[in-house]
Amino acid sequence: MTASDTRAAPQGDSLSTAPVVAVRDAHRDYRMGQEVVRALRGVSLEIAPGDYVAIVGPSGCGKSTLLNLLGVVDRPTEGQVLIQGRDVGAMRDREATSFRLRNIGFVFQRFYLMAMLSARENVELPMAEAGMSAAARIARARELLDYVGLGARERHRPGQLSGGEQQRVAIARALANRPGLLLADEPTGELDAHTGAEIIGLFRRLNEDGTTVVVVTHDGELAAAARRTIHMRDGQIIPPT
Amino acid sequence: MIRTLAAASLRRHPARTILAILGVAVAGALLLDMVMLGTGMRESFRRFLLVQGFQLRIAPKGTLPMDTEATINGASALLRTLRTNPDIIAITPVLGAQIHVLQGTRAITSFAVGIDESTEADYQLEAGTNVAAPDHIVGNAAFLTAMHVHRGDTVDVVTGFDPQLRTYVGRRRLVVVGRGRFFYTSAEQPVAAVPLATMQAMGGPERADRVSLVLARVRDSANADSAAAWVDRTIPRVSTISTDAAMRQVDERMGYFRQLAVILAAVSLIVGFLLVTTLVTVSVNERLGEIAVMRAIGVRRVHIVQQIVLEGVTLSLVGAVAGLGLGLVTAHFLNAILSDFPGLPATFHFFLFQPSAAARSLGLLVIAGILAGVYPAWRAASLPIAGTLRREAIA
Ligand SMILES: Nc1ncnc2c1ncn2[C@@H]1O[C@H](COP(=O)(O)OP(=O)(O)OP(=O)(O)O)[C@@H](O)[C@H]1O
Ligand SMILES: [Mg+2]
Repeated sequence: MTASDTRAAPQGDSLSTAPVVAVRDAHRDYRMGQEVVRALRGVSLEIAPGDYVAIVGPSGCGKSTLLNLLGVVDRPTEGQVLIQGRDVGAMRDREATSFRLRNIGFVFQRFYLMAMLSARENVELPMAEAGMSAAARIARARELLDYVGLGARERHRPGQLSGGEQQRVAIARALANRPGLLLADEPTGELDAHTGAEIIGLFRRLNEDGTTVVVVTHDGELAAAARRTIHMRDGQIIPPT
Repeated sequence: MIRTLAAASLRRHPARTILAILGVAVAGALLLDMVMLGTGMRESFRRFLLVQGFQLRIAPKGTLPMDTEATINGASALLRTLRTNPDIIAITPVLGAQIHVLQGTRAITSFAVGIDESTEADYQLEAGTNVAAPDHIVGNAAFLTAMHVHRGDTVDVVTGFDPQLRTYVGRRRLVVVGRGRFFYTSAEQPVAAVPLATMQAMGGPERADRVSLVLARVRDSANADSAAAWVDRTIPRVSTISTDAAMRQVDERMGYFRQLAVILAAVSLIVGFLLVTTLVTVSVNERLGEIAVMRAIGVRRVHIVQQIVLEGVTLSLVGAVAGLGLGLVTAHFLNAILSDFPGLPATFHFFLFQPSAAARSLGLLVIAGILAGVYPAWRAASLPIAGTLRREAIA
């Protein structure tokens, strides 16, 4: 598979400098009765197309919260989140859903595959939602499973796959609709060092093939594989020294 | 894909799915039985009243329907008068009386009707031939058993029998020519039909020109109620009731009963609804993480709702079909029990299967199944995605 296969919309030269992600002074408060948890306290950042960013920091510093804003599954209490130039915080649910479907790939720590569907059907799911014909999506699902090295396992259910294999199926699913942005929250968190390394290799290859990747991680090896690391603490980004 | 996912989640807990379907089937069966019971009794009465299309029953004034002792005198004059009305296209007189069949020293009691040879007004022939000659008699199965006779045998019949004095008013030797099913008497009560003239003659001079009842058929284009009113006006010694009027009385009297059936039917609908709601809610609650993931990867809310509703519909549809079978079996069984109730006419059915009514009630059950899925589905599809995923990750 070539770079253009996994990359999002082809990036023209004129667009290549425009950031895929631009966060401007984002705040996210969680109200718990009387108390307010300030998970993000004014985060600003930009991510260029083709970049590979690792977000690191102590537990509870707001990494997942930030990633959820980038993934358009949550909204900032204050500030702006622009993905591919669109203000995703202002979108209505229907629009945000369709935006996620076509522009964002999500990989979770716990894989979250549909237990009753086969590996291939799991990869097909976002394509079916996007209205792709059965023949086309089966062909692409097979291609993607080949890409993550699971071509022979397409009929297997998640329960019949190892953790690392499940995570690779989840990555194939995230790539199904050629998203411009691939997000992963602790993708190696449930895996041993060896399988974790496989996933790390896969992310690197994906990025080399042109996909913009953002990972949240405690895993030093995964962070080291990224082109750039963002450090967070107490809901803020620590400026590079 | 929606169908694949719905089928997948029903397959995930097969035992639970089967139990839910069984529950819906039981609710559906009860619903169907109540509907069948509600229409069955009414329809039985109607068929009963509308024997061979005679819409009018002309009986002696001031008597209860089917009172066999009271009679109308001047029968031939009455029939002549009825024939003058052009709306009345057929009439058939009936004279009922108690008879005894003498066998040596024994006298066995039976009820008998004298009928117009041209119509089987009160019964339906099951075997043999109809009464065609003055010495013919047709009995029901209970009559043949009680008298120990078969078709072709001769019976010694008397009327006005006094068991102490062993006297009688009339006596005939009659040939059993057929076996019939009588509409108005229970299966275990012996009853027989003889020609009207024979019955009148056996009653002696006093009964020679009497009938218990006249049935009349009104032409289709005419109004049966106004024909009944005409008869009552013209012949003051009788009172006439039309099938429609009788049905209105039946409806009135069965009102409470039908209400009960409606309430029970509604209860079974609600039970079916709650069953599906419970199952869908339980199944949705254990899949909140899965649903949040689907939302996160861009599956639209309506598609999630469709998938979950489809599960509810499948349960209620399969349950309704199973309920149809179960309902028919139980109705058949209950009908057999209830029909054994002594004194009930053999043709009386408590449960009546009407495809349209069954389709309507089971359709309601399926609609209840759809509605049952909508709320839990919408609620689950509307949960905040990030928060739900976080909670699921902790769990
Ligand atoms: N839905 C929520 N309701 C209330 N508080 C929340 C919610 N989500 C996150 N928080 C709080 O916001 C803060 C940041 O949480 P977040 O999950 O972003 O941390 P994190 O950096 O991802 O931590 P970890 O490395 O442990 O995953 C934490 O204090 C957390 O308790
Ligand atoms: Mg986190």
